[in-house]
Amino acid sequence: MNNGKKSRFLFTVTCFGLAFLYIPMLMLIVYSFNYSKLVPVWGGFSTRWYGVLFESEEVWRAVTLSLKIATVNACFATILGTLAGLALVRFGQFKGRTLFSGMITAPLVMPEVITGLSLLLLFITLKEFIGWPDKRGFTTITIAHITFSMAYVAVIIQSRLAGMAQDLEEAAQDLGAKPFRVLTDITLPLIAPGMLAGWLLSFTLSLDDLIIASFVSGPGAVTLPMLIYSRVRLGLRPDINALATIIILVVAIGVLLAAWIMLRQQKQRQLELQMSGED
Amino acid sequence: MTLQGISRSLQRNWKSVVVFIPFFWLLIFFLAPFFIVFKISLSEATIASPPFLPMINWVDEGVMHIKLVFDNFAYLWEDDLYVKTYISSLKISSISTLICLLIGYPMAYAIVRSSQTRKNILLMLVILPFWTSFLLRVYAWMGLLADQGTINNLLIAIGLIDEPIRLLYSHFAVYVGIVYTYLPFMILPLYANMEKLDWTLLEAAEDLGARPATTFLTVTVPMTLPGIIAGSLLVFIPATGEYVIPDLLGGGNVLMIGRILYNEFNANVDWPVASAVAIALLLVLVLPMMLYQHVQGKETESK
Repeated sequence: MNNGKKSRFLFTVTCFGLAFLYIPMLMLIVYSFNYSKLVPVWGGFSTRWYGVLFESEEVWRAVTLSLKIATVNACFATILGTLAGLALVRFGQFKGRTLFSGMITAPLVMPEVITGLSLLLLFITLKEFIGWPDKRGFTTITIAHITFSMAYVAVIIQSRLAGMAQDLEEAAQDLGAKPFRVLTDITLPLIAPGMLAGWLLSFTLSLDDLIIASFVSGPGAVTLPMLIYSRVRLGLRPDINALATIIILVVAIGVLLAAWIMLRQQKQRQLELQMSGED
Repeated sequence: MTLQGISRSLQRNWKSVVVFIPFFWLLIFFLAPFFIVFKISLSEATIASPPFLPMINWVDEGVMHIKLVFDNFAYLWEDDLYVKTYISSLKISSISTLICLLIGYPMAYAIVRSSQTRKNILLMLVILPFWTSFLLRVYAWMGLLADQGTINNLLIAIGLIDEPIRLLYSHFAVYVGIVYTYLPFMILPLYANMEKLDWTLLEAAEDLGARPATTFLTVTVPMTLPGIIAGSLLVFIPATGEYVIPDLLGGGNVLMIGRILYNEFNANVDWPVASAVAIALLLVLVLPMMLYQHVQGKETESK
């Protein structure tokens, strides 16, 4: 294979791969504007399913619950995950480190059915012995989400810390700063972008989770994925297409905005580096 | 203790606090539950709440009587359905992983070798679906694959077929669903690995007269092996326990262990058997998980 052929092959595969990723989502969006109740049969352009969606109280309740869980989860997971990442990269060896790092990576690949089942059985056992949690819902789902989200945050923080030179921290220490001051004044500001990324990822992971929430939820607590799932199990639903369109657009705008901000910061930093080089 | 005292002792012991809080959280909410699952998998089922008998009974004064029941595991082994389901799950997840690798490897390669601006755009395009709802992306395929769905309508319109072919509720649909949802998980670790590579080695091999195929097999593949392993495991492990995809796209025709577990627990309310299914699944996946842990640990250290 010469170079031209090779790059043509790579170009074709990439285009095919991206089309494979995006066409299903585009079709989802197109059919949300279909008048017909039968999703794939085109009955003319209409926004009637958006109206149906906004009038449904059930949908609003599920959205509110999911957003509440996602917000609380993201805050706790960011704090716990940052602590875990710091401990693993900056503290050297400590007792139980192997177990600790194992417990951090395992949730990333653990099948959701196992995590969900085991957490539900834990909550039931706890209730039997200490009477808490007396009812399953917001609290139990949030705890379950924090447990797997913090692992993702820890991995982000870990890779950011590992890729970062320690010279600033060492300089501060040499100038007489106590280790705790070094942490709050130097290390934390440096990993702040990682913490923000971790917060956003935890937020999305929580909004997206169906299996674990279904296991640990109780009567009356229905999250958005649980609601969507109960509706689409029985077939295609035009109102779900409308809901999907809104979710996809919100996520796309959010991700593009975050990418734009990051790119701008990167350019600014490069510019500053160039300026300082000219001096 | 005064506020000052607290802050002073915090300043002295903050390192242990930093380790202790997440460690304690994971011990209670991640590790402890597995022991409970294991315990229940060794209990007898009963019609009560909770639906299993206690393992430890106090007989007379202080004589502890522990009853371990391995029946649940024997049941899994003897019942053809379970063994078949484990094999079918592993087969589906291995083939899906291979397909993801075949599509993802050239894509990651193409992204790494493109110019900086184009690289950012392509990466963005790969990451974006990862942030949108997994459930909705699976649902999107229901619309494409249904008997009255987009693909069938299109094929009929261009005259390739006369009546709809069955695409939804088949093994084919499950493969498509898994490859579709897990493809970014394959591309991203591969990209991260390839980006750190020393590409001059490839040029050196070429200059020394190696054929492109030889260079690829003896230089590129060995260098990208950590990425291949990490990406494959990130697809293989969760796909083996997948529930939503076989349920929505596979219908009743596709046997997968995640579905059996979910149904044993929720529909049959047989907690001991569901727990035994979970423990057996964990045993199947423990080696791949340790391998992932090993690769992941090396990646962070080598940086």
